[in-house]
Amino acid sequence: MRAKDRRGARHPQLASDPVVHDLEALLGDRVRVDGAERSLLSRDASVFSGGRAGPVCFPLSTEEVQGIVKIAARHRRNVVARGAGTGLAGAAIPLGAPIVVVTTRMNRIRSVEIEDRLAWVEPGVINLDLSKQLRPLGFHYAPDPSSQQACTIGGNISTNSGGPHCLAYGVTSEHILCLEVVGADGEVMVLGGLDAEPAGLDLRGAFVGGEGMLGIVTAAAVRITANPPAVRTLLLGFSTPREAAATVSAVIAAGIVPAAMEVMDREITRAVENFVHAGYPLDAGAVLLAEVDGTEQGSAIDAEVIARIGKEHGATSIRTAEDAEARDRLWKGRKTAFGAIAQIAPAYYLHDTVVPRAALASVLEQVYAIAERFGLLVVNVFHAGDGNLHPLLLFDPDEAGVLERVHGAAAEIVRASLAAGGALSGEHGIGIEKQEFMSEMFGPDDLDHQARLRRGFDPWCRLNPGKVLPSAHSCADLSELARAGEGIWA
Amino acid sequence: MSVTVDRELVSFCAEVGATGPVAVRGAGTRFEVGGPLAPETRVVAAPAGIREYRPEEMTVTVLAGTPVAELHAALSAAGQRSALAERGGTVGGALALGEDDLRVLARGKVRNSVLQLRYVSADGVLVKVGAPTVKNVSGFDVGRLMVGALGTLGLLAEAVLRTRPTPAVARWWCGEGIDPCAVRDLARSASVVLFDGTTTTLQLEGHEVDVDADLVALGRLGAFRACEGPPPLPPHRWSLRPSELLRLDGHATGSYVASIGVGTVFADRPQARREPPAAVRAVAARLKAEFDPSGRLSPGRDLLAAH
Ligand SMILES: Cc1cc2nc3c(=O)[nH]c(=O)nc-3n(C[C@H](O)[C@H](O)[C@H](O)COP(=O)(O)OP(=O)(O)OC[C@H]3O[C@@H](n4cnc5c(N)ncnc54)[C@H](O)[C@@H]3O)c2cc1C
Ligand SMILES: Cc1cc2nc3c(=O)[nH]c(=O)nc-3n(C[C@H](O)[C@H](O)[C@H](O)COP(=O)(O)OP(=O)(O)OC[C@H]3O[C@@H](n4cnc5c(N)ncnc54)[C@H](O)[C@@H]3O)c2cc1C
Repeated sequence: MRAKDRRGARHPQLASDPVVHDLEALLGDRVRVDGAERSLLSRDASVFSGGRAGPVCFPLSTEEVQGIVKIAARHRRNVVARGAGTGLAGAAIPLGAPIVVVTTRMNRIRSVEIEDRLAWVEPGVINLDLSKQLRPLGFHYAPDPSSQQACTIGGNISTNSGGPHCLAYGVTSEHILCLEVVGADGEVMVLGGLDAEPAGLDLRGAFVGGEGMLGIVTAAAVRITANPPAVRTLLLGFSTPREAAATVSAVIAAGIVPAAMEVMDREITRAVENFVHAGYPLDAGAVLLAEVDGTEQGSAIDAEVIARIGKEHGATSIRTAEDAEARDRLWKGRKTAFGAIAQIAPAYYLHDTVVPRAALASVLEQVYAIAERFGLLVVNVFHAGDGNLHPLLLFDPDEAGVLERVHGAAAEIVRASLAAGGALSGEHGIGIEKQEFMSEMFGPDDLDHQARLRRGFDPWCRLNPGKVLPSAHSCADLSELARAGEGIWA
Repeated sequence: MSVTVDRELVSFCAEVGATGPVAVRGAGTRFEVGGPLAPETRVVAAPAGIREYRPEEMTVTVLAGTPVAELHAALSAAGQRSALAERGGTVGGALALGEDDLRVLARGKVRNSVLQLRYVSADGVLVKVGAPTVKNVSGFDVGRLMVGALGTLGLLAEAVLRTRPTPAVARWWCGEGIDPCAVRDLARSASVVLFDGTTTTLQLEGHEVDVDADLVALGRLGAFRACEGPPPLPPHRWSLRPSELLRLDGHATGSYVASIGVGTVFADRPQARREPPAAVRAVAARLKAEFDPSGRLSPGRDLLAAH
């Protein structure tokens, strides 16, 4: 087998790279070096560019991933793991022509073990597919990112993904019992365990959210959650986002942790309604989608309290989904909100910061003001229950200089969130997007300790170098990475 | 940056210093776990007190030396609680140990309840990891390493913990000759189901209607009576898979109380040492060398020793 592109043409220069030779010996034609494949994989779903992929590998097994990392170690090459590429922080963007390991073909559910309430899955399993497979058994996989139709469990683990239902059920980390990973030296390790309190340091916990820099996930034991007997979904309309946000805080203060509490502002609600016709109120300044689950009676009590609190905070309309179909339609609206944006603008930058719930309304107002100052349209759809903001900055990529304004507004939104006592990211991660903002949230000693964690897992700076940690604390030389592979892998 | 370093934290840093073996003693309720400290170890105390409690955020900022009971007294004033076990110890001790409360099904795991930590590093510097918000993925999750590390990677000074509303009703029930796994499957509102080979003991929590409904449903499995609380727990803590409880070997454990659906077993005899494989030990050793190069933090403590 030789380095060929899809049309079968030889790439003599690329084939002369000895790492390609070794990878082909391991994987045959599941190594790709053609320009089309590599340029596709040089980006993720973010607005960031500057990636350069080296050879792209599609392993089928843990042993093959191990073989790839050992080859990389031997040739002193870097390795970047990649799932579906739906990440929004640029974490999967390959810097410096590394070997790219795409895990989408490792997509088997190895077993479902009801007695232990777990499933062993490979990293390429699509998030929603897992829940679909579990449904007949009466279970689901709780973390439900809006991208769940496309993103992989491996990507979810490495970004510690959230989703609407993580408010009550917890983010990805709470649902990962045990990980099989290939470490930076090519050794296969099992982190965590299936027992109640695995012995030793919590390496599993430290690994989750590692953005591909701590190891490559080849299998995971994930917790499966019993489907609740009753679910109630409420849709509350308000005249302003401030009232919706105040309702969210008041619900929590009343001692209720709903399964989900999501807010959408006027613009996005209209776009969504045009898209799914779920009965979202077109005249509302903001809507709150709140879901409670549990027993028939218990969830009814909680739903009543939420409706009452909504009324007290000026809700202009309150609707309860009559049946499962109406509920699914409402959720479809929320989960396809980003797709619906296409009606408003050709492109968007989806932002992600967290603030204390009490600061939601005031930071939101700042977000609108910032966008206006930069001459951009912003719409908001967010995990209000967690204080997790998702401003979408809309733009036309053909407009000259627009990206600078987008990045300028994004930076100010980050600073407004930090000033309110918040965090850089709630679920998308740092990647290259917020790398240099890390120093605004953490001091040098704090960052030094994050770098120590990274070195403990990967002292060779081999896995996905140049991400997360700002340049002063990174093991990688970012400008050198930008130049690496300029010759043949350009 | 909003690092407000104050007097208590600064003086804790100074006390820990940058040289010589050192460990923290909390209330001393579990001080023997992990084996004895090296004899020359200096033992210090972490500062105590509740910093900031924000019930509407479901977060509390607390200094590590605070007794868990004091924390819970403050939280209960707003109808909330934390995931930490209240057995006479301190917040720092509970985090350094990382063991879950008996009622973990309802209270959540200790390690998931930690949002932000400040600890004193081996070189005597105050380090912050995590964020005070209920959701955060800003950088590597160093806090996860600290929970359950028995003070071997850093000495805990302050934590921001997630709090949870306390349910309206909590009641204990027990009965004999009842399949505890069937109880666990049936009772959605169970915060714990315990089985000692004869008696099944459980706590139901939630809305009164839900607890009542569960109790009616449980009636199909056998006769339950109200009881005061959990049975006395044997001293050693085992960690098994939930499915392993079905085949529990009474010879190995001696008398036992097993937590159904969780996998924790309280037993008369200690569990055999659980040694991770070499590749995992290598990462753990590298992390220890990164965070505590001179080995001065809680020397002598062995994380793999039986509890
Ligand atoms: C429309 C839209 C909506 C979204 N909504 C949400 C949301 O609600 N919540 C949320 O959390 N995110 C959301 N995201 C972001 C994204 O979907 C998540 O971050 C997701 O977890 C990424 O998964 P992926 O398979 O696409 O990973 P990729 O983008 O391919 O990779 C992400 C990171 O994971 C690493 N990685 C991937 N696979 C592995 C592996 N096997 N081993 C080690 N590292 C690996 C990569 O190196 C990279 O660092 C959204 C994205 C889009 C486009
Ligand atoms: C018989 C008995 C059984 C118990 N069972 C459980 C149980 O099952 N689950 C449970 O959660 N709790 C249990 N506890 C409660 C236990 O007391 C707590 O978890 C607890 O809070 C320990 O705190 P302490 O202050 O007593 O810790 P100590 O006994 O003082 O210390 C315990 C360990 O933590 C280290 N440490 C203490 N503070 C710090 C700090 N600030 N930084 C770094 N390291 C520190 C110590 O060096 C030591 O290694 C039990 C208590 C008793 C008496």
